[in-house]
Amino acid sequence: MTRNDKVIILGEDVGVNGGVFRATDGLYQEFGPNRVIDTPLAESGIIGVSIGMALYGLRPVPEIQFMDFIYPGFDQIQSELAKFRYRSGGQFTTPVVIRTPYGGGIRGGHYHSQSTEAFFAHTPGLKVVIPATPYDAKGLLTAAMRDPDPVIFLEPKKIYRTVRGDVPNEEYTVPIGKANIAREGNDVVVFAYGTMLHVAMEAAELAAAKSINVEVVDIRTIIPFDIETIMNSVKKTGRVVILHEACKTCGFGAEIAAQIAERCILNLKAPILRVAGFDVPFPYVLEDEYLPNATRVLAAIEKVYNF
Amino acid sequence: MEPEISKDELKRLYRVMALTRNLDTRGSQLQRQGRIGFYIGSLGQEAAHIGSAYALKPEDWVFPAYREIGSMLLRGITLNQLLDQYFANAEDVQNGRQVTNLFGIKTVNYVTGSAPIATQIPHAVGTALAAKLRGDPIVTLTYFGDGATSENDFHTGMNFAGVYKTPTVFFCLNNHWAISLPVERQTASETIAIKAQAYGFEGIRVDGNDILAVYQTTKNAVEKARKGGGPTLIEAVTYRMGPHSTSDDPKRYRTEQELEEWQKRDPLVRFRKYLERKGMWSEADEKKTQHETNREIDEAVQHAEKLPKPALETLFTDVYAEMPWNLEEQLRQLREEKRQGDDN
Repeated sequence: MTRNDKVIILGEDVGVNGGVFRATDGLYQEFGPNRVIDTPLAESGIIGVSIGMALYGLRPVPEIQFMDFIYPGFDQIQSELAKFRYRSGGQFTTPVVIRTPYGGGIRGGHYHSQSTEAFFAHTPGLKVVIPATPYDAKGLLTAAMRDPDPVIFLEPKKIYRTVRGDVPNEEYTVPIGKANIAREGNDVVVFAYGTMLHVAMEAAELAAAKSINVEVVDIRTIIPFDIETIMNSVKKTGRVVILHEACKTCGFGAEIAAQIAERCILNLKAPILRVAGFDVPFPYVLEDEYLPNATRVLAAIEKVYNF
Repeated sequence: MEPEISKDELKRLYRVMALTRNLDTRGSQLQRQGRIGFYIGSLGQEAAHIGSAYALKPEDWVFPAYREIGSMLLRGITLNQLLDQYFANAEDVQNGRQVTNLFGIKTVNYVTGSAPIATQIPHAVGTALAAKLRGDPIVTLTYFGDGATSENDFHTGMNFAGVYKTPTVFFCLNNHWAISLPVERQTASETIAIKAQAYGFEGIRVDGNDILAVYQTTKNAVEKARKGGGPTLIEAVTYRMGPHSTSDDPKRYRTEQELEEWQKRDPLVRFRKYLERKGMWSEADEKKTQHETNREIDEAVQHAEKLPKPALETLFTDVYAEMPWNLEEQLRQLREEKRQGDDN
């Protein structure tokens, strides 16, 4: 924001209050009410107004308080944000970065927990980015804010407070579209992103105790996803577990599985397994049963390993 | 009350109205003849959108719906650009990606429209807010119909504009029909204009078939907005004299009698009579204008119809600034499919 005075933050409670998760804490005080704008409570307005600002050449970074509340703005995202460049033949562009906390693990019930990245991944024209570490959060957000295309930036809300990591003060970017090999291994690969990366790492530790050498790949960018890194890990291990907290049917894991099946089915030594949320609305009291945990992931790892 | 517009400018406005009317007629014909896929016209609404667009400066921005064809012509979008879009050919700046009249040209600040109703309204507010934050003295104007006032984005846009006092003119063309539904089925409000009260700014109702009244009303709103006075909602009362689109038959839901009543208030005829009474327009002027505008349309049609379809790769370009790997792969597959098709 210091580097580019065209960057504008807007959303509900993002100003004086610094955001309900404190993501914009201190920015109002530093940059003032013309750069950090509290808005009326209307998601289609936040996103629609951001589009108008981007058309004028600004770099709006709207916040939607919870991903569960983004749907009044879905028409703006799907029909407008994602299509402006295409429908205008490249004349009008809308480089908006929509930040929104997603996912479970905070006892939030249906409406503060969902993980619906697949809706956005199914819309050509959008990029969908999901950091899993503090370092990547800064680097990917900086990259998103410099990207010429609209980005849906999903922040795993459980790890706002539970995961700590060093973040350099100086500026840097983490490239959009590149996965990260979070742990190297030869026997089984687990593909994960967001909060589930940490579950995958925990499961990999448990597997190591059983002498199963697990590779963990942090997908980081859902669209466009890093097909090269994915395929390399599949070829290396031949055994695949895909992990996400979104419900299983038509989740993003289905896309990864289909890509693997299309490209390197002969490299597989076992069926591809998915560990995902159940196909139910996100629960409240049975959240721990719903969310994939290390035990469940370990079971899948063992199943493909022993196939 | 007559606005201060020079004789030459009045004649120019009439000419744009006549050109728009003739273009609409031709567009529908071309569709009926199977030469273009679809047409959606502005028949009967010329005064409302041309008069309002005339109140703007070139640096102002327009966020259209799709039935404001004359406002495109007035702002400098050319017949060639439009006909290339109608024929969706290789010179269409949008690469044949949208149906007829969903169009825009950046260099004249006319934003490319879309088919979902009212989605452009918050954009007009966002651009106005951006300009206000940057200290640029520009105004945004957005067009929409009576049906759009039922949509979320109408209310959201109006609300944001009221809260931030943005320099925005909300221009509703109340043409009485949203496809088959009369305006009474959209709202129980006495007028659309009074809805502005709820958002804390002024709403005005104007005879949308009187181009001079439309111009003056819009000019006042635009000047107020430019001076920091905030938004205005204008309801221009007009009538959709044609079908919703070439896919629609209005005989199914409205009476011939109603149409005939409104034909008596045809905005084009009204303005021509005004010019005639002022001694600015003659039978010869009319003949010449009809002849010239139709010839210009003929030329643009002939040019556009000769051109080939957009290139294959335009299916994949402009989705993103740079083509990602999956689109490159799909383009390669399509090219291969075409090559094999040619070999067979």
